[in-house]
Amino acid sequence: MLKKALGRCLLLVSVILPNLMVQAEEVNVYSYRQPFLVKPLFDVFTKQSGIKVNVVFAKKGMAERLMREGEYSPADVLLTTDISRLVELHDKKLLQAVSSQVLEQAVPQQFQATDDTWFGLTTRVRNIYSAKRLGNISINYEDLADAKYKGRICTRSGKHPYNVALVASMIAEHGEAKTLEWLNGVKANLARKPQGSDRGQVQAIHQNLCDLSLGNSYYFGKMLKDDKQKVWADAVNINFPNQGNRGAHVNISGVALAKYAPNKANAIALMEFLVSEKAQKMYAETNMEYPVRAGVAVSKLVASWGKFKADTLSLEQIAKHRKAAIKLIDQAKFDL
Amino acid sequence: MIRGNKHYAWQSTSWLVALVLIAPVLVMLLSGLFASGELFVHLWQSVLPTYISNTLILSVLVVGFSLLFGIPSAIIISQTQVIGRQYLRWLLLLPLAMPAYLVAYLYTDLFDYAGPVQRFLRGCFHWQAPSDYWFFDMRTLTGAAVMLALVLFPYVYMLVRTAFESQDQQLIRASQSLGLTLRQSFIKVSLPLARPAIAVAASLVLMETLADFATVQYFAVNTLTTAIYDTWLEYGELATANALASVLMLFVLFAVVAEQRARAGHRHQSNRPNNYIKIRQLTWPQQLCCAGFCWLLVIAGFALPLCLLIKMAIDYASFNQLQQLLWSGINSLKVSLFTATFATLIALLLALFKRLHYSSARSVPLQLSGVGYAIPGTVLAMAMLATFGPIDHWINDLAKLLDLARPGLLLSGSIFAIIFALVVRFAAIANGTIASGIEQIPASLDVAPASLGVGLKRSLLTVHLPLLKSSIFVAWLLVFVEAMKELPAVLLLRPFNFDTLSTQIYQLISDEQLEQGALGALLIVLFGLLPIIYLNKKENNV
Repeated sequence: MLKKALGRCLLLVSVILPNLMVQAEEVNVYSYRQPFLVKPLFDVFTKQSGIKVNVVFAKKGMAERLMREGEYSPADVLLTTDISRLVELHDKKLLQAVSSQVLEQAVPQQFQATDDTWFGLTTRVRNIYSAKRLGNISINYEDLADAKYKGRICTRSGKHPYNVALVASMIAEHGEAKTLEWLNGVKANLARKPQGSDRGQVQAIHQNLCDLSLGNSYYFGKMLKDDKQKVWADAVNINFPNQGNRGAHVNISGVALAKYAPNKANAIALMEFLVSEKAQKMYAETNMEYPVRAGVAVSKLVASWGKFKADTLSLEQIAKHRKAAIKLIDQAKFDL
Repeated sequence: MIRGNKHYAWQSTSWLVALVLIAPVLVMLLSGLFASGELFVHLWQSVLPTYISNTLILSVLVVGFSLLFGIPSAIIISQTQVIGRQYLRWLLLLPLAMPAYLVAYLYTDLFDYAGPVQRFLRGCFHWQAPSDYWFFDMRTLTGAAVMLALVLFPYVYMLVRTAFESQDQQLIRASQSLGLTLRQSFIKVSLPLARPAIAVAASLVLMETLADFATVQYFAVNTLTTAIYDTWLEYGELATANALASVLMLFVLFAVVAEQRARAGHRHQSNRPNNYIKIRQLTWPQQLCCAGFCWLLVIAGFALPLCLLIKMAIDYASFNQLQQLLWSGINSLKVSLFTATFATLIALLLALFKRLHYSSARSVPLQLSGVGYAIPGTVLAMAMLATFGPIDHWINDLAKLLDLARPGLLLSGSIFAIIFALVVRFAAIANGTIASGIEQIPASLDVAPASLGVGLKRSLLTVHLPLLKSSIFVAWLLVFVEAMKELPAVLLLRPFNFDTLSTQIYQLISDEQLEQGALGALLIVLFGLLPIIYLNKKENNV
């Protein structure tokens, strides 16, 4: 009986495993981006090209996974939600350069790697949301440490990549010592322990728990389009910080080709599709992000928030300070 | 007992299986030895002391609350004639079917400032802002502890109730005849007799607490698990993460040893116990307190979260979701079926080896294979990658050498790694269930078939296995349900296009949109009910 059962189990395993192996005419994507954001884009790509897109939503540990898999990794295309992750993949030598006229021309110079290993797809601003009850304000990131906001700031975990990138940009601007001072100041001003998502903070402002929060621009649009969350968004103003000086901190969502991509041609086809006018329009309309491709307009809703000045500091410069940023966040015990 | 070389194969298989199961743990411990001292110093100077103290406080609180909920309810059900006793007896087990992170989410939604409870209060008393009144905050260490205890206390209830019900009542009557009152004899005799069961239950609760990932993360309570995650994924230092994981394992090992020591004292029961318990009649006020206490636990740990889930599922269910749910559901079933089957087969092999084989170390494989229960899923996932990654590379290198097609990441990149991790994690559950089933088979039945000239194989198939049928099924069912609920290991190990119900729900929860996954969450809870219904039915038939 035991033997029989064991035999049956082995048979079942042998049926399942081959399903997971790589087949022809497909492309494998490791994605930080959430399913509902990228699935519609992949569906259009598959319809156009006939290439099937397989996705793992590896929100955490993509670099570690790729390193372990080494030359046998099935990954072709890597999608990330911020610059630090792209640079991390680059620094760990997990990417390969792509020579593609299409990508070169579509993506502005400042949003692509100097060695062609990664390309930006969309830009996203780290906004400061303020309660409508504060009226129209002009604010800098530096102001968040001002004692006048004591007990009035909400944010998600300091170690979330979006906040890490912002802290890294502060290091690039002010140096480590000043940034630590700033982090301590912001921490002292928090209304509650860092928790939840960017939307959760806006909800907290709506509930009178705080007056200011950090959040990415597209979340504002998403909340306005959600029946349940519209009341939260209606309670806040979206501010573009540092307009009187260096400009608002801008991050990118980006794409790269894995070093050992087994389906290289398909991968480049997908990358080129993602910067095409059609895909960039989808990014703008469905995700309410700022497309990188020149000539593709932002959505009407996003346009209604007005034009803004973006920090021009090179993204590679900012990403260099990522590790230092995490260390400072721990040092300030920001999340505790 | 079986002697001689004839069963050498059985012996070597048992040892091999046990060693394979703990191999990933050994790999992890080894890699921890190469941790970077620099990062460790930085963590120690910044966040680590808080993480450790949070872990300790959380453990103490969860175990404390679980005992506070579990022991009184066990006493009430086993010793008193509380109203609705026959229902409460099994209703008190139901919270086990609820994953802790779900309960945490549902209660936060309910008791948050924007939730219905506080909205109602504000409406009644015309309060305008949070500063106008005080209300407890869910997302705290205590909040997380209560949430975990609400779903973990049934372990305490179940084990302690059984302990009370199987106590030798002659001892208690003797103590009373020597002048102790009912209460005194309960405190001085019954409770100490139940102490080993309490210790086992407390260690189970502790292990589950240390393995939790989603609840503490949702409540922004940073524990050692957070530190392991951060060190690995933010700092990119796997070795240091492994070292931290080893520290966590030390905590658990401490609990396991303490539990075993406590159990070693479990020998002063008589061989022919008289289990007829004299049930206490309660006065009306006592009735009210006792029944109220038990019903409150059932409502808070199961009924209320279930109702909230059902309401969400009705409000938000859509056809599109159903399709996605179907795929995740099939994946969950696949993972759980394999895990339960392998874990049960292994438990059967090792428990029978311990029982039937002549060897001084015959219980070691069984004990070794159970170690995995003490390891949180996140840590196990890391151990799987560290172990099977290199093996995959060797296989591919070999294929290249022999000019064969590349098989890809057969082990670390498929559901094999998930199933392996879950078998390692839940082997202890199957082991315990089957081993206790075997203990109930009289020793004479091991020898009788041989004396009648019946071979081992036939005696196993015709005597032992039929007697074990029910234990095998219970073991299978328990592992099946645990595998269905498991989150962190699956989250880190899943291959392409692969989501289980729990990973799908977790993603939605982390984006604060559980409403979309309420149907899936309901499914997990319903599956969790299966073993409870079966165990209850079995108990009633006895």
